[in-house]
Amino acid sequence: MSSTKFILGHFDDPDDMMHGIEKLQKNSIPIYDVYSPMPIHGIEAKLGIKDSRLGYAAFCFGCLGASVIFSIVYYTLVHDWPMNIGGKPNFPMPVFVPFTFEWTILWTAFGMVFTFFAATHLFPGRAPRVMDLRATDDRFIIAVDAKGNIPHEDITNLLKEAGAVEIKHNERKYVSYE
Amino acid sequence: MASHSESIIREPLITGKNITYAQITNEVLLPVENKPNKAWWIGFVVASLGALLWVVSISLTFWYGLGEWGLNKTVGWAWDITGFVWWVGIGHAGTLISAVLLLFRQNWRNSINRSAEAMTIFAVICAATYIVAHMGRPWLAYFTLPLPNQYVLWVNWNSALMMDVFAISTYFSVSLVFWYTGLLPDIATIRDRAVPGLRRRIYSILSFGWSGSVKTWQRFETVSLILAGISTPLVLSVHTIVSFDFATSLEPGWHTTIFPPYFVAGAIFSGFAMVQTLLLVTRKVLGLENYITMFHIESMNKIITLTGSIVGVAYLTEFFIAWYSGVEYEQYAFINRATGPYWWAYWSMMSCNVISPQLFWFKKLRTSIPFSWALSIVVNIGMWFERFVIIVTSLHRDYIPSSWVMFYPSWVDVGVFIGSIGLFFTMFLLFIRFLPSVAMAEVKLLLKSSSEQAKKKLIDHGHLDAEQVADYKDALKKYDSVDLADYETIK
Repeated sequence: MSSTKFILGHFDDPDDMMHGIEKLQKNSIPIYDVYSPMPIHGIEAKLGIKDSRLGYAAFCFGCLGASVIFSIVYYTLVHDWPMNIGGKPNFPMPVFVPFTFEWTILWTAFGMVFTFFAATHLFPGRAPRVMDLRATDDRFIIAVDAKGNIPHEDITNLLKEAGAVEIKHNERKYVSYE
Repeated sequence: MASHSESIIREPLITGKNITYAQITNEVLLPVENKPNKAWWIGFVVASLGALLWVVSISLTFWYGLGEWGLNKTVGWAWDITGFVWWVGIGHAGTLISAVLLLFRQNWRNSINRSAEAMTIFAVICAATYIVAHMGRPWLAYFTLPLPNQYVLWVNWNSALMMDVFAISTYFSVSLVFWYTGLLPDIATIRDRAVPGLRRRIYSILSFGWSGSVKTWQRFETVSLILAGISTPLVLSVHTIVSFDFATSLEPGWHTTIFPPYFVAGAIFSGFAMVQTLLLVTRKVLGLENYITMFHIESMNKIITLTGSIVGVAYLTEFFIAWYSGVEYEQYAFINRATGPYWWAYWSMMSCNVISPQLFWFKKLRTSIPFSWALSIVVNIGMWFERFVIIVTSLHRDYIPSSWVMFYPSWVDVGVFIGSIGLFFTMFLLFIRFLPSVAMAEVKLLLKSSSEQAKKKLIDHGHLDAEQVADYKDALKKYDSVDLADYETIK
């Protein structure tokens, strides 16, 4: 039994990597994850990843922000201390517009971004779960869990055929960050 | 797919031969991973001396109060609000580039958005300092928030200044979030290239543990798109609300409904000028000619011409409406602007903002780097004068002729203004030293579709319309980073 935990196929071209994904899938080899230095369009469909639901979160936070500021302005301006300013109405709708608008955006932005950080487990000081240091530089990396029953040479050969420039058999899952 | 090939009619966004993904990383991170060069040090020393002047002037203002400024009974707003509106306006270009151009799928934004957004943040910081300073008692700044207090009074929601508090604080924090989220993948690149040690640990903390997995990128792109979608109305609202400070008053020259669109156009105008001022130097000093190309410069110059023309139309409309309104105070305010004691400020504004950008109709001028740089400075001077004209010339002759005065700035006024420019450049120089000044991940995205080498491959491959190829070759002539000799053999 070899001590290899993960097989990483390094590609220097995103199209070759997409080709590699196709090859592995054709041979029913499960892909653990793909790491790339830039977003790759169309890869979600290929890997069967569902659409992000962050948009719904953003909408809910926006509605919440609008309700909160509308309530604050209504309570202070209309209910708690109505002011007589030149005999104008106590419930001036135009005044509500800028405040409600700004806080809708503020809450949407912060709510959505923090949801993104929470869902993706991003926070300051988190130990980076990085499989290869070049994945953020110039390599497009397909990671295959080596624990399955498929012979490692087959995976290696498939990746090589697809145009991988380097194959790594890693004994540790992540690069250690001390 | 990453390699979708783009029409040959479109000009390349990345120039140079045999550029690889690794080369993009190396070139962009050169100033971050190495000791700064002499040009950076000279700039930094000069800028921090300016920032020091700002510290001294602001400290005097805080210590002795607003009496340190040249304000008088009639002119209660002058250089401070001029500086505030000027800086907020400059900030607008960053959001316009990062948000509006993203929604319109203008890929040329990819190599300038990072530094333009940084510029936005620093400009808004400069603007905010004016507001806080103008409060006179900055330690009571929290009075602008609707907090329960012993007077059982709430803030005045009817005031445009209150709207400003909400608009500027939202604008600053949303811009910061947008900028920082975009920075995460690039900070991770620095982290993964650093040798183990303190430096790597710091970048590791800053990178939030970014890994670049498929799901992360997918969510990242969703977040970017939605942030762009909400930042677009936000940026338009901010200068609209800034213009309410004037438009909701009863002051002749201020009380006009044209202010919101006119201020927004002016903001984009001055913002793009500042982007040019910064980037034309940055691309040269950091050697980024292949990423910030002549196409970028020309596109920005076109936007400057467009927004400058909108501003010009607004100036003329204001004048016409002043006459057409039949209100003699309004009419006098405008006659006084153009022919009164501040005529020089008015005509500086007119020539810098309306006439000078029209020179960009000449292709030779808008593709000349020294000319573009000089004109960007002219535009910024013009936009400063615009705010000065609106604020000071409207105030200095009010309804009672016995209180008519001139405004003379004190040296503290000048110090705060010059100092804020120093502060701005200090922050910008620190930014290009410690963070990647070009969004690497986004530029890498363009390499296979919109780069010169990808298009060259298409031409070499043949099957293209000869007329389109000729047009393309013609377009390449303006680039200072393209070796035209490579194209001579191609017919």
